[in-house]
Amino acid sequence: MNYLMRRLATFPLVLLGVSILVFVAIRMVPGDSITAMLGTEAGLLTPAQRDSLAAYFGINQPWFVQYWRWIGGILHGNFGISVTYGRPVLDVILERFPLTLELALLSMVIALAVGMPAGIHAATHSDKPSDLGVRVVAMIGQSTPSFVLGLLIIYTLSAGFGVLPAMGEFAPLWQDPLRNLSQLILPAITLGFAFAASVTRISRSAMLDVLSDDYVRTARSKGASARSVIWRHALPNALIPVVTLSGIEFGYLLGGAVIVEQIYALPGLGRMVLDAILQRDYALVQGAVLFIAFNFMIVNLLVDLAYVALDPRIRLGEQ
Amino acid sequence: MARHLTRTLLSAITVAAMLGVAVVSTQAATLHMAWSQDATGLDPHKQTAFSSLRLLELIYEPLVRVDASLQIIPAIATSWEFSKDGKELTFKLDPKAKFQDGTAVTSADVKASFERILDEKTGAAARANFLSIAGIDTPDAATVVFHLSQPDVPILTAMSDVNAAIVPASEIKAGSIGTKALGSGPFKLDKWDPNAKEMLSANKDWAGGATGVDGIEISVLPDEAAILAAMRTKQIDFALLNDPLVATLVPKEASLQLNRVPVLAYHVLQLNPSRKPMTELKVRQAISCAIDRQEVLDTASLGEGKVTGPLTIPALATDPSQLFCYKRDVEKAKKLMAEAGFADGFSATVIGATGEPPTAAAEAQVIQSQLAEIGVKLDIKMMELNVYVDAWLKGDFDMAIALNGGRADPYTMYNRYWTKAGNLQKVANYIDDTLDSQMQQGRAETEPAKRKAIFAAFEKHLAEMSPWIWLYTSYSYTAQQKNIAGFVPTPTGTLFSLSKVTIQK
Repeated sequence: MNYLMRRLATFPLVLLGVSILVFVAIRMVPGDSITAMLGTEAGLLTPAQRDSLAAYFGINQPWFVQYWRWIGGILHGNFGISVTYGRPVLDVILERFPLTLELALLSMVIALAVGMPAGIHAATHSDKPSDLGVRVVAMIGQSTPSFVLGLLIIYTLSAGFGVLPAMGEFAPLWQDPLRNLSQLILPAITLGFAFAASVTRISRSAMLDVLSDDYVRTARSKGASARSVIWRHALPNALIPVVTLSGIEFGYLLGGAVIVEQIYALPGLGRMVLDAILQRDYALVQGAVLFIAFNFMIVNLLVDLAYVALDPRIRLGEQ
Repeated sequence: MARHLTRTLLSAITVAAMLGVAVVSTQAATLHMAWSQDATGLDPHKQTAFSSLRLLELIYEPLVRVDASLQIIPAIATSWEFSKDGKELTFKLDPKAKFQDGTAVTSADVKASFERILDEKTGAAARANFLSIAGIDTPDAATVVFHLSQPDVPILTAMSDVNAAIVPASEIKAGSIGTKALGSGPFKLDKWDPNAKEMLSANKDWAGGATGVDGIEISVLPDEAAILAAMRTKQIDFALLNDPLVATLVPKEASLQLNRVPVLAYHVLQLNPSRKPMTELKVRQAISCAIDRQEVLDTASLGEGKVTGPLTIPALATDPSQLFCYKRDVEKAKKLMAEAGFADGFSATVIGATGEPPTAAAEAQVIQSQLAEIGVKLDIKMMELNVYVDAWLKGDFDMAIALNGGRADPYTMYNRYWTKAGNLQKVANYIDDTLDSQMQQGRAETEPAKRKAIFAAFEKHLAEMSPWIWLYTSYSYTAQQKNIAGFVPTPTGTLFSLSKVTIQK
């Protein structure tokens, strides 16, 4: 419990650091909300027009004043207003987040459901043809960029079979589950393919390590069945690196899968952040990055807690 | 048993999902449209992005508009007239014109709209086109008189732009322009989810008559290959395309039709004549002679376009072969370089915006290899669009690959760069008395034949001085299902004719 409290206490500090970093970074990039809106036509503005627009976008104050006002707002639960959406930043983020969360979960389910059995199979059939096959497919999975796989799936389905998930408007899970699944299954496969490849490789190598440990040999010599050795004795220990990998990957996915969201036109968090950066929607970029950082910290914490559940010998926070 | 059940369940879910995949809903008389870049805002006086203008043209109306042959035709105004001295422009408004809330469009709305554009607090980029307006009179509800400080023929063309849209005076007063879209155009905006979707419904009160469809649903599909895929599966009826690589694939689909039309926008290699050695006329001319424009077009844009001089307006453009060094002449280029004292060439950097246009990097690469033949070593620097715009506006480049927007009138198109008081003089970095005086003459001349002669001389001089190297104009592309009828593509790229498009059963 102490460990948990200590970890939670570091959250505000980390978030403060992230807030400064994102605030400065986005403003260091040349161009601003005015050039983002007007493009080269911004050159037609008189100084008075530019000042008026700068006031409208809230970029007419010195940086530290802007930062102070933003942080002050957050402490009161106000993340600011997105100039693109004309709505509170938090509302926009929370509207996009369910899709991203669902896509991340679905990809993880696919990755674990495919990757772990494949990895275990490869480890228990080490250096046999099936192991080689799994390793080759895993290598292909890891080295195929998601945009290649995504476009390949879209092209094959549309040109070969004349079908494609409905793109553009997204159907939330609770409104139309079937349509929702039809829209998310292909992006989840696209994301899950590379994810599964990583899981396969890490679970294979972890399993190989564990299978050569003394306690596994002991279990075998005591007459435990092959299945029992793998599932009861070896697997729980081999799971730790898989949990670490999955946690990190899941944390990244919660930040939005920009390329896959672009290809499948999914209105998720990743696409929203990309558009906000391109449109120099400062409040939205800042709010979204803070939100993503917070999620990442939560996931990391859950991963640490999962270690304890998997291996009771691990005592978190002990010196 | 449990495993068998799980497997069956998974199979069922997969089949159900694939069935869901196959279900594509289509609503009768709603046009399903897609584009890769969404509008960036709803204030017609402030928005300049291509997609914003295309969306707002369906919702708002200016006083006049231009047709496919770039002739001025009525919109909110049914007629207009310049006074003999060219300093008064009178409009008669359509008595049937109504805003989408049912209130009539009156001269007071016109006056308030132009006052808003001219007010510096608004931040309207188009204000620069209307600085000659000295006063606006509204003798009655259907008449508007613009008093001009000097004869200004191009102002009429500038008024055809949606950046000069007429908005309700009451909405200006309420400060709701930009948050609420209330125009007098053929469609009402029912919903806008930025970067995702727009829903438009027909404006039954539109003075232009009934629209051909009940509504338009615009989906933002950022990847144009995905747009094409969605058209193959008939999810999308109509789409706007930017990338020639994708556009050229459309005719290969039996059920699809590609509409393409040359546009006014032009691809150009902007030189910076304030930076050495581009300060030297002979160096700039050498660059012009060393570039094979047709090869740039063929390689970067798959030949999808037409080599152009500075003027892209068909009625005014000169045959490019008549312009200075439009036939590649490397020997002449080398001679000019030697005469300028740069026989061994020089090094320079060319900037370009990633993906804007999609051919920018390819154009830069072809030009790099062509200029290498005369000893010019080009370093290509591709930037994110906003970073590029920032450098471009500061004139902070040796050379820049650009796709600059065209206008239906050469004065409106070029006064910003080539007049001494031009707002983008700092970008062009080139002051020329001849160009300035030709621009002023063209602005005041009302006789079409004389105007054409003035701008022909302007174009010839500009090509010879070579502050920029004009390359080619490309096409505007739209793709549609073959059962869509009535769309008229135009050189301005407007989608206004969607108002009369019908879906054949």
